[in-house]
Amino acid sequence: MTELCDRTASDLAPLLAGGEISAVQIAESCLARVDAVEERVRAFLTVTPDVARERAAALDEYRAIGAEQTPLAGIPLAVKDVFATQGIRTTAASKILDNYVPPFDATAWSRASGDGAVLMGKTNCDEFAMGSSNENSAFGPVHNPWNLDTVPGGSSGGSAAAVAAGEAIWALGSDTGGSVRQPAALCGVVGLKPTYGLISRYGLIAFASSLDTVGMFTRSVRDAGVLLGSLAGRDPRDATSLDAPRRDYTTSIEEGVAGLRVGVVADAFGEGVQPAVAGRVRAAVDTLERLGASIGEVSLPHAAYALSAYYLIAPSEASSNLARYDGVRYGFRAPGSTDSVEMMTATRGQGFGPEVKRRVMLGTYALSAGYYEAYYGQAQKVRTLVIRDYDEAFANYDLLVSPTSPTTAFRLGEKVDDPFAMYLNDVFTIPANLAGVPALSLPCGLDDEGLPVGVQLTAKVLDEPTLLRAGHALENALGFDPTSPVAREAVS
Amino acid sequence: MPVEIDIEHVARLARVALAEGEKTQLTAQLGQILEHAARVGEVAVADVEPTASAIPRVNVLRPDEPEPSLPVEEALFNAPEREGDRFKVPRIAEIE
Amino acid sequence: MTDREAVIGLECHVELSTRTKMFCGCSNAFGAAPNANTCPVCLGHPGTLPVPNEQAIVSITTIGLALDSEIAPRSEFARKNYFYPDMPKNFQISQYDLPTCVGGHLDIDVDGDTRRIGITRVHMEEDTGKTTHAGTTGRISEAEYALIDYNRAGVPLVECVSEPDMRTAGEAGAYLRTLRSTLESLGVSDVRMEEGSLRCDANVSVRERGVDAFGTKVEIKNMNSVRSLERAIRFEIDRQNTLLDAGQSIVQETRHWNEDEGTTHSMRSKEEAFDYRYFPEPDIPPLRPDRAWIEQVRTSLPELPAARRARYERELALNEEPARLLASSRELGAFFEEAVQLGAAPIAAANWLTQDLAGTLNKAGVTLADAKITPQHIADVVQLVDEGTVSSAGAKQIVEAAVATGDRAQDIVVRMGLTQVSDEGALGGVIDEVITENAEAADRFRGGNEGTLGFLVGQVMKKTGGSANPKLAGDLLRSRLSS
Ligand SMILES: [Mg+2]
Ligand SMILES: [Zn+2]
Repeated sequence: MTELCDRTASDLAPLLAGGEISAVQIAESCLARVDAVEERVRAFLTVTPDVARERAAALDEYRAIGAEQTPLAGIPLAVKDVFATQGIRTTAASKILDNYVPPFDATAWSRASGDGAVLMGKTNCDEFAMGSSNENSAFGPVHNPWNLDTVPGGSSGGSAAAVAAGEAIWALGSDTGGSVRQPAALCGVVGLKPTYGLISRYGLIAFASSLDTVGMFTRSVRDAGVLLGSLAGRDPRDATSLDAPRRDYTTSIEEGVAGLRVGVVADAFGEGVQPAVAGRVRAAVDTLERLGASIGEVSLPHAAYALSAYYLIAPSEASSNLARYDGVRYGFRAPGSTDSVEMMTATRGQGFGPEVKRRVMLGTYALSAGYYEAYYGQAQKVRTLVIRDYDEAFANYDLLVSPTSPTTAFRLGEKVDDPFAMYLNDVFTIPANLAGVPALSLPCGLDDEGLPVGVQLTAKVLDEPTLLRAGHALENALGFDPTSPVAREAVS
Repeated sequence: MPVEIDIEHVARLARVALAEGEKTQLTAQLGQILEHAARVGEVAVADVEPTASAIPRVNVLRPDEPEPSLPVEEALFNAPEREGDRFKVPRIAEIE
Repeated sequence: MTDREAVIGLECHVELSTRTKMFCGCSNAFGAAPNANTCPVCLGHPGTLPVPNEQAIVSITTIGLALDSEIAPRSEFARKNYFYPDMPKNFQISQYDLPTCVGGHLDIDVDGDTRRIGITRVHMEEDTGKTTHAGTTGRISEAEYALIDYNRAGVPLVECVSEPDMRTAGEAGAYLRTLRSTLESLGVSDVRMEEGSLRCDANVSVRERGVDAFGTKVEIKNMNSVRSLERAIRFEIDRQNTLLDAGQSIVQETRHWNEDEGTTHSMRSKEEAFDYRYFPEPDIPPLRPDRAWIEQVRTSLPELPAARRARYERELALNEEPARLLASSRELGAFFEEAVQLGAAPIAAANWLTQDLAGTLNKAGVTLADAKITPQHIADVVQLVDEGTVSSAGAKQIVEAAVATGDRAQDIVVRMGLTQVSDEGALGGVIDEVITENAEAADRFRGGNEGTLGFLVGQVMKKTGGSANPKLAGDLLRSRLSS
């Protein structure tokens, strides 16, 4: 019998509604799993057992008196520590926010909470969401539940690992260049990055404003649709949030892929892509074809430049977004300065880790007088070209397919000294952020070492229904079991 | 060719204190990253419009209606240092 | 000595009087307790986002239309990046290469001539918090620490940049006064320089007359009244001329005006040359006002001072000076028009408002808004004088009393015994006394010197404490002295 903590929200909801199980039982199952594995996985920066128990008990009481509940009610949710949670320490995995307690809630979290989500805690991540291995956390790395010596991916590594290890049923993450999809792929779970602006960014600690997207980790594609339905929709506090109504994203999920035109991204199987990754993804494409999709090849000619553009745009915006961490209003202040300039400079020197400094410096340089046009200006033009590539591709195809990441999980420490090699992890995920299109990563098998491989599906702007419908069909056909070895051991 | 940057100047603009070792390392790393990033210049030609936002929106405004402010104690709760109800910082040397 | 002229351009910052701040719902009211008007957005908390205030966009469009600017079909916000503790995000959301209003002009009056001053641009931005430098000596340079109140952080600010079209301090003063009265008429700002809701920096350079090229410009800051703007510019022009005469060159810099010392001094920042690293604000979509919307704002434009002044001259036959004075303030103009509405003769009412009332308010140290006097008082005063019930001296006393108490004019007349002595019998004795005491003057009048009559009437007025009807006194004097 599968533990409650290893099941999907969609499995649990009817059991809750039918009174077969209680929200407290689910929360206790997850908390027991946290006790069993967290010391090894390190998915959380803050675990909130009291909040979880109290909430679950309250929800059980409401249910007992016949109150109608949403599909989120009573389901334990882990939240990446880049979302503001009122009264609960929120650090962005940075020393500079070590002691910060927000006086407000992020919209994504407040919507989930309003729908009855049970908060398990705040998950570890790369500092300010900058990284692809979770090794840039100021509070230590996360270990991949499929192999504790490997990274979970990043930046939302803690959220991915928490779901893979059964420490939460699902989790919120953020995706600026692949920070949901890549760790989802490395941890064998589903990761959805919706259309830019579909979920409000209010209260999501900004990394790169024009690329930041709220996303989620789940154990099934259907669960991703359920969670999206709760979080999506216009928020007056985010001027870039889209006028999309809140809706049920699972209504068409069973419609299958027959007749869908699927474009395989031709360049995404070449140099740097592990053979096992290429093989599993090609097998997934074959499966889609067997299910009735028509398959073709597509080229995104400017994708090769997307990484370069990303490493100018994201750091530039970050250099400005992170200027507010100065030791004046909140967070860490370096002691001992008698002058404000000195205080701010020391605070930022001591409060930021190496990767954050690298990107802040890079962005400051790229925006500075004399370089703006050559770097930021040109990068914004490449962005136009990447968007045109997608427009052309979607004129002929409903969905694009590629690997999510060129490799499976790599060893902790393997790439820390080579930032450029680390950046290449995101080569297939970055273009979707530049173009704002939705993309989904789902597990499509294991490599020879038993590490998960992720396949990425990309759809056009606001076509999440097609993405979810194809993902659901593929998931059913592949029959991947998302229970990680760490979760399996904890049960036996 | 790796790009050469004036690391001290950039660090001052960014208000980040760097140790000597960090300066050397960053100079090399940023030079390498920028060399790769400069490839954007190869394809971004004059007749291509820059895109600041992937999904264009316009005129997103808020009605001029008051919402409650924070209670002062909450506004100052996270302050590293305060005096009364104001945030306290070391001297600001501006005018000499 | 070389004949030089000054070249002056002004940058004015105007705090809009919206209900809420530019990017959050905090109150924009002046004078709240420290940090009482703050929220996560205007404190720059992690994850918060700016959403622009619609009314602020209406207001800047209104200003642009009033200054004959082009309302840009596309404008956008940008981030101006620099560190300062009173700026919560360490960048200011402003406008850079795509401001909302482009071009325009403002007509000013200088010594009876109209000068057209070009407007370069008008853009939208946000204000910063307030820093108080604290320490033992009270001098900023010796302060030990600083305290910050973020109530003003995020208040909508409109920056209006003029062309370098002014040549004298007087022109700069006239520009600022005209801009202030225009903004006041539009109802978009309190325009109180002493509260900082209107601030003005000046760019000043000098050049040899007849030369087209500009001299090195110096920016001067911290002038908090029209008068101090004029003083600071005069000082700066003199300073630059003196340097050039001595063969020295002008350093391009920012200088701080010290009101008490009456001098400017250099503000040297410890940071090296500013590099603001502007880039488009990714959190705020661009503005693309459509024609119909702009026209709608245009139709709701109130009457501007220039138009109002022309109307006063044309329709109410006022002279240029009172018409200009009354039209320069929306409040004063409305007060005047109401008095006329209540039956006051326009010219008389204008004189009362621009001369006596202005003086009285000044003396009492109150504003028109705070004073208790109403347009009804002015209408009554004009009528009482016209009927001969009170003398003009008595009427002045009514105005003074009305400013302080707001009591009905008729009641003030009774209470203060201001009814004019128009009774021949009552005046007769006084007339006789005056003739006796001023025999010499009386003789001169008899000898044909008409001008002496005014003096004698004055003596009568003096003796009666101003309560005599001067016309009657004149008539009586004339008849006694001719008989
Ligand atoms: Mg400005
Ligand atoms: Zn606020």
